[in-house]
Amino acid sequence: MSAATEQIDEILKKGYDAGFVTDIEQEYAPPGLSEEIVAFISTKKQEPEWLLQWRLKAYRRWLEMKEPTWAKVSYPEINYQDICYYAAPKTNENAPKSLDEVDPKLLETYEKLGIPLHEREILAGVAVDAVFDSVSVATTFRDKLSEVGVIFMPFSEAVREHPELIKKYLGSVVPVSDNFFAALNSAVFSDGSVVYIPKGVRCPMELSTYFRINAANTGQFERTLIVADEGSYVSYLEGCTAPMRDENQLHAAVVELVAHKDAQIKYSTVQNWYPGDENGKGGIFNFVTKRGLCEGARSKISWTQVETGSAITWKYPSCILKGDDSIGEFYSVALSNHRQQADTGTKMIHLGKNTKSTIISKGISAGHGQQTYRGGVKISRGATNARNYTQCDSLLIGDKCGAHTVPYVDVRNSTSKLEHEATTSRIGEDQLFYCRQRGLSEEDAVSLIVNGFAKKVLKELPMEFAVEAQKLLGVSLEGAVG
Amino acid sequence: MLKIEDLHVEIDGKPILKGINLELGAGQVHAIMGPNGSGKSTLAYVLAGRDGYEVTKGRVLYKGQDLLEMPPELRAAEGLFLGFQYPVAIPGVSNIYFLKAALNAIRKHRGEEPLDAIDFMKLSKEKAALVQLPDELTKRAVNDGFSGGEKKRNEIFQMALLEPSLAVLDETDSGLDIDALKVVAEGVNALRGPERSMLVITHYQRLLDYIVPDVVHVLIDGRIVRTGDKDLAKQLEKEGYTEVRDAQQQ
Repeated sequence: MSAATEQIDEILKKGYDAGFVTDIEQEYAPPGLSEEIVAFISTKKQEPEWLLQWRLKAYRRWLEMKEPTWAKVSYPEINYQDICYYAAPKTNENAPKSLDEVDPKLLETYEKLGIPLHEREILAGVAVDAVFDSVSVATTFRDKLSEVGVIFMPFSEAVREHPELIKKYLGSVVPVSDNFFAALNSAVFSDGSVVYIPKGVRCPMELSTYFRINAANTGQFERTLIVADEGSYVSYLEGCTAPMRDENQLHAAVVELVAHKDAQIKYSTVQNWYPGDENGKGGIFNFVTKRGLCEGARSKISWTQVETGSAITWKYPSCILKGDDSIGEFYSVALSNHRQQADTGTKMIHLGKNTKSTIISKGISAGHGQQTYRGGVKISRGATNARNYTQCDSLLIGDKCGAHTVPYVDVRNSTSKLEHEATTSRIGEDQLFYCRQRGLSEEDAVSLIVNGFAKKVLKELPMEFAVEAQKLLGVSLEGAVG
Repeated sequence: MLKIEDLHVEIDGKPILKGINLELGAGQVHAIMGPNGSGKSTLAYVLAGRDGYEVTKGRVLYKGQDLLEMPPELRAAEGLFLGFQYPVAIPGVSNIYFLKAALNAIRKHRGEEPLDAIDFMKLSKEKAALVQLPDELTKRAVNDGFSGGEKKRNEIFQMALLEPSLAVLDETDSGLDIDALKVVAEGVNALRGPERSMLVITHYQRLLDYIVPDVVHVLIDGRIVRTGDKDLAKQLEKEGYTEVRDAQQQ
């Protein structure tokens, strides 16, 4: 090691030493990951000892794990020691004071998406009292929710106020050692949301939250836990967007859902993080573990996702159908334009009797985009009369993109019934011409055709989300044809 | 309305149209008849602006403007409508939604306010009745799973809604039985007016019994070899294209 690098090392270490624990005012943890950093995060969040130990356990497991390589995505190696694992909320000092100070290009996108004004402020990071960076969730309607006993709060708050809930369910669906990214998340998760719906309660409103990535070079490690007690119902919406960034940003979220007897959870996502530019520069790396447990009989979990953002998407929202007669659903539209790569799908694990699952996956590739559907349907021995229906369709725009389908089926019970349908098609010149002959611009025509292709999934989204998602598909494909 | 001057068109270097001259006045209905491969559909596509057709010579004036310079959607917005011989399906996109988007795009070009859903539905019902298009079909995905006859009726339904000033109908009669043909023809006739010109392309004279043209052109091998009145169509039916062509060559 040269003298210079030694010196730099020295300085870095110094900063590192001084960086945490002692300095409570510190806004960022220094880059890098160690037991100290894990402890720093835990301290910052004023967590109890048991949670610190849980994080440390995850961290130690993570050290032994290897980054998975089986997905059909390629990206430069991530140096986990270069990443900052904690960023406190900014004090709003540097935040733009109004939309006038926000990058006009970003505003143009919001305009195209028809995002309401007050939401634009939130999304653009204007100093309003709302979701910001790693520290959590708009909890606007909390009073109304607490009337019926619904808990909807930031993770760190739930740890303080409902430790028994967190202790019971945290890691119960996605264990700390589940996979590399889940372990990483478990060690360093910054915040997220906790939802609990008590017995027999139908949550009176759609719960939504915006996750954003704001601080440059800061990985986002959100943690979401939703528990629906017996006979309850909840619909949860998650929408994401991120401002333009040049640096690749790592995101490794974990979402756990538990549905008890006769409970239903509907989880909808519109993911629109910065996908990188046309040449694949920048963009979010999105490694997400989402899993739901249909714990009780007749419970139901449905995942609906519209994935248009991120440079890399690695995401398989899954269902464990443990309760008899439980139902799992997965509806997905994933779009890869330019240099985006998406490897996404689902796993349906049938354990209980008469369990049913439906998978509808629509992949759209344009530009040099690569799109992989990866699905697993497992029917275990005890899953008598299990049913699965899978449909995965790919739509290609142009001749430089790719679509791949990797369905795994593992059946251990002969009474089960599985169906699989798959198609690959192209947006035809004849379709485009037909639309243009009727007066639609080429871009509107593409958007129309793509939305038609994705309709079966889009109609599963809550109304207001569906409208946004439709526009999003159009905007994401701008420049894809021509 | 439409003036085609010495139009030469090639596909992949192969000459298809070899000097077409045609003048279509406002409110007129012209028929273009010709055997398979004579260039009828090429003419229709070139007028509508489809890619893959190279105009090597000549020009086309539409309402005094250079039509060939305009992108397809602008031609549509300016009131040019092509009734397709083989309308394509657009799965997942309802007919109504598609047409509302199209109509409002055209209205926008004209500087008119977009129609809201209620007004559009009213208009759509009225126009669907014109071609006896069942309500159910207006709600289904565009041409998806439509029978041949339903597709053609759908084309005329679209024409009725978009109210073009120039309609080019490419073999609107193909694949129709006689009852469907009558319905479609009645729809077309109802849309005839002093401000609307039509170019009706057909293989058979049959359609012209119902849509009576002002002028009939015979297109053979990329050239208009004869022009006459409606009786020319009848003569063609009797004698066949070969006779007409041979007569021309002598």
